[in-house]
Amino acid sequence: MADLHFLANPARFRRFSQRVLPSLGFATVLMLAFGLYMAFFVAPADYQQGQTVRIMFLHVPSAWLSMGGYALLAGLGASLLVWRHPLAALMARAAAPVGASFAAVCLLTGSLWGRPMWGTYWVWDARLTSMLLLFFLYLGHIALSRAYDEPERGDRSAAILALVGVINLPIIKFSVDWWNTLHQPASVTRLDAPAIHNSILIPLLWMAVSLLFLFIFLVLVRTETEIDRRRLENAAVQEEEAAA
Amino acid sequence: MTPKRRRLWLLIGSLGTLGVAAALVLSALNDNLVFFYSPTQVAEKSLGPDRRFRLGGLVEAGSVQKDGQIVRFTVTDTNKTIAVVYRGILPDLFREGQGVIAEGALGSDGVFAAREVLAKHDENYMPPEVAKAIKEAGQWKERK
Repeated sequence: MADLHFLANPARFRRFSQRVLPSLGFATVLMLAFGLYMAFFVAPADYQQGQTVRIMFLHVPSAWLSMGGYALLAGLGASLLVWRHPLAALMARAAAPVGASFAAVCLLTGSLWGRPMWGTYWVWDARLTSMLLLFFLYLGHIALSRAYDEPERGDRSAAILALVGVINLPIIKFSVDWWNTLHQPASVTRLDAPAIHNSILIPLLWMAVSLLFLFIFLVLVRTETEIDRRRLENAAVQEEEAAA
Repeated sequence: MTPKRRRLWLLIGSLGTLGVAAALVLSALNDNLVFFYSPTQVAEKSLGPDRRFRLGGLVEAGSVQKDGQIVRFTVTDTNKTIAVVYRGILPDLFREGQGVIAEGALGSDGVFAAREVLAKHDENYMPPEVAKAIKEAGQWKERK
């Protein structure tokens, strides 16, 4: 009976995701195509940065999604540790590499923007360092979840790491307010009006939504794969036990 | 109390403790997490010659003098100013009235000898026409 319970939720999830995935994938491609078109051809150059401002259309959404992705990991970690939700561990395994990729894109595009604008690829200020730490937390999560022979133990350890690392999220967000940094303070997510003109803000938000779609799509596909993988592994173990 | 509840409270308790610990560490390290000192802070801390640090502020309008590869300018936080001398290539965003961060040390003459100059970008993004229109309307707010 315990096994049936384990499969119940992932199976329901699988039916749901298989219904959603085709239209979600289609919407993602369309939105990304239009978003990139706006970012490269419609949005104006900035009055100071010139064309370099276009890097932001990838950089800022990647930063948001890598932080949102980590919050998701932490939520899944809590749901695994407290409620023992069978799907949480599988989805965390699926989401961690996606979040890590967005963090890497954020760091790389930021570095490429920094060279012409600031005059350096990298500095160890509070914002850049805490963002690099987020990337390493993702790598740690991926490594830890695969570090044990029994996958369940890896899931637990990685969940604890995800919850501990959640402290880093407010540090990233407020690093530019708490300490003086080379990185500029927030332009969009602040209490008064955004400090970005609408002609640049709208493509930015569009790209953010498109990349959010991409994030969800990738996490759903990868979660399905993880469900299949865990089933195969369980089946293999049962076969071995039956043979022995 | 069910095991689920107990685990939930354990989790909330551990995260709360961890958060307090992180806040204490960060506030203890506050001084070291600062990326640069403003001219006022430099005066307060009396950072003497041969101590390397980063100086941050605005490039004072009308202060930039270029002599071949050598650039002289003053960095201000509107309260205090420090003269800077730098030899090398300046970043694109370096201009008068813009934020700048210079790394180096004060000389015995009180002039800051910079080994590296970084431009600081502000959080405002707009097309050139809008910037021009705002300036023409007299609504341009120079940063404090």
